[in-house]
Amino acid sequence: MTSETAIAPESGGKERKVRLNMHDDRLHFLIITIGPVLATLVIASLILLAMGVSPLDYYGYIFQRGVMSPSGVQATLTRMGPLLLIAASLIVCFRAGIWNLGGDAQFILGAVFVAAAGPELVDALPAWLMLLLCLAIGAAAGAVWSLVPAFLRAYQGINEIITTMMMTFLGGSLANVLVKLVFLDPETTVPQTRTLAVPDRLPRLFDTTVSSGVLLGLAAVLIVHFTMNRTAFGLRLRIVGANAKAAVHAGLPVATLTVIVFSISAGLAGLAGAVSVLGQNGNVRADWNPAYTLTIVPLVFLARFNGFATIAFVFLFSVLSIGSESAARRLGVPNYFTLVTMATLLILMAVAEMIDQRRSKGKAV
Amino acid sequence: MALFTEAFLTALLAGAISAGIPLLLVGLGEQMSEKSGVLNIGIEGMMLAGAYTGFLIAWKTESMGLGFIAGAGGGMFVALFMAVLCVRMGLNQIVIGISLTLGAEGATAILHHFQFSRTYPRLPATLKWDIPVLHDIPVIGPALFGREPVVYFALILVAVFAYLYRRTHFGLALQAAGDKPAALDSSGVDVLKVRTVAVLTTGALAGLGGAFMAIVGAGIFVPFMTHGNGFIGIVLAMLARGRPLWVLGGATLFGACLSLTTALQVAGIDIPTDVIQMLPFAAVMAVLIVLGSKANLPVSLGTAYARGER
Repeated sequence: MTSETAIAPESGGKERKVRLNMHDDRLHFLIITIGPVLATLVIASLILLAMGVSPLDYYGYIFQRGVMSPSGVQATLTRMGPLLLIAASLIVCFRAGIWNLGGDAQFILGAVFVAAAGPELVDALPAWLMLLLCLAIGAAAGAVWSLVPAFLRAYQGINEIITTMMMTFLGGSLANVLVKLVFLDPETTVPQTRTLAVPDRLPRLFDTTVSSGVLLGLAAVLIVHFTMNRTAFGLRLRIVGANAKAAVHAGLPVATLTVIVFSISAGLAGLAGAVSVLGQNGNVRADWNPAYTLTIVPLVFLARFNGFATIAFVFLFSVLSIGSESAARRLGVPNYFTLVTMATLLILMAVAEMIDQRRSKGKAV
Repeated sequence: MALFTEAFLTALLAGAISAGIPLLLVGLGEQMSEKSGVLNIGIEGMMLAGAYTGFLIAWKTESMGLGFIAGAGGGMFVALFMAVLCVRMGLNQIVIGISLTLGAEGATAILHHFQFSRTYPRLPATLKWDIPVLHDIPVIGPALFGREPVVYFALILVAVFAYLYRRTHFGLALQAAGDKPAALDSSGVDVLKVRTVAVLTTGALAGLGGAFMAIVGAGIFVPFMTHGNGFIGIVLAMLARGRPLWVLGGATLFGACLSLTTALQVAGIDIPTDVIQMLPFAAVMAVLIVLGSKANLPVSLGTAYARGER
């Protein structure tokens, strides 16, 4: 913290400012990326010390498991698949000015329908067709779940934050009902869907356990990034997002575009659910709901909806969540500690971004 | 019908109020934040902090009153971060709100882990105030007029807030801070101060709501126990469009649906909890689809105010 405030322009004299300009790029990089991470490490260390745990051991285990050990890296990369798809889903709607906060339900319903369809289709179709069809089912399930909020927003002007959150609670319960009553595997005692055998799931990369879902995730984020930035369609969506009234005057079909954005965004969230099932779990258990969306929302904001920055943040988040699961087990630190670390990191990143913005504003004057 | 016995109705109404009071408090709090232009997504964290501190103090001092005060304080503590980071420093309200919720979830779970490990000590039943005469009415009496003091406080608060928003200068300032902060600023009122007061009040109310869940509702503290109640509060505040009485109506509706499961079990009918849990949300969606009214949110909701910026 102190290192960042010290390099803020208002604290230095004229000479200092000149020197700042010379090292502009490097400083910029330091402030935005390394600063918050280091500051978080310091704060988290203090908390760990207070809990009587050696911070060095803790970070050692995170680093070892999340980045160094082959199985850890593979778990990290596999985890990234659904997360990246959710990030792509959020980038589309946020840039179009639409608050789709219903990602969790779109995700879980995508997952449930894929888990129900997969084992049924596996004997009837060739493997590649089954997988493609399942991905489509997941995306469709997500998209369908967003239709009501989409139409209400597009044609009635009803705030989509309310409706998508309603649909999230509804969808979470509906998924449970489906798993417990409709798609139940009769052969297990725990309520869950039938399980897709490992060979029938998404192909793994090379000789590793990394699911190819991560490639789908990377592709989705990059496609979304370039579509939003480089195509006419993306420009239209950005205009709707920047100023819907102006977009109407420019002759854009705002209502139609709104429904399209909802469908794409929710479809990607549903796809994330499909990838979770096809790449990793193979089934859906009752009451399973990882609720990824809420943690990805701030990451996407901090990346300023930039695809590449989003990928970097999602990687960081995956390392942290996979690594700390192992560190927690070994050191007796409750897993909840990750939540505190994440919160600290997000807040400090937001602070760093604000300092950075003020700095560039100060330069313009 | 055998379903509508006195015991069933009393259980339903009492349960509706027990489940509805936290929602009412949180909804009223969020409403004040939103009026002033701050979208408070950290409210779930504020609730949880209130639930934890409220429980802890009530358990340590064996005084429910102190527990509630501590709960409000716990919520306010989290709100203080929101006030400094979002109102004063102008950081993104969504990012900070979600971060505070995550942080409070983690922090309370860890603190609970180190204090109680895996045990969940239970608080004694809370003191109740029977209101004379009214308490003797069948069904409504025991469910509504023989309750914990906090219940009365929350209900009185609805009237107080309605008066505050409609009749007082501060109510007007709140509205202006959300709709046209620059105008408020030029009329000589400090926008940031108004928003800070609103956010801190929200924290106190959310904390009180959380404390109610822990002290009265459950009698224990369990990590993550607020279970999305804060988010329901956000929805309530948005649906109520600035009217405290609507928050009360919404909270009662949601509370009734949440308590329906228990009440039906009392009546000997078994319906899956998941189906029941869908009811309030399905009801609101149905209302929205049928009525299709426009939501009326403050113009500057979610944007930080910095003097002299355009």
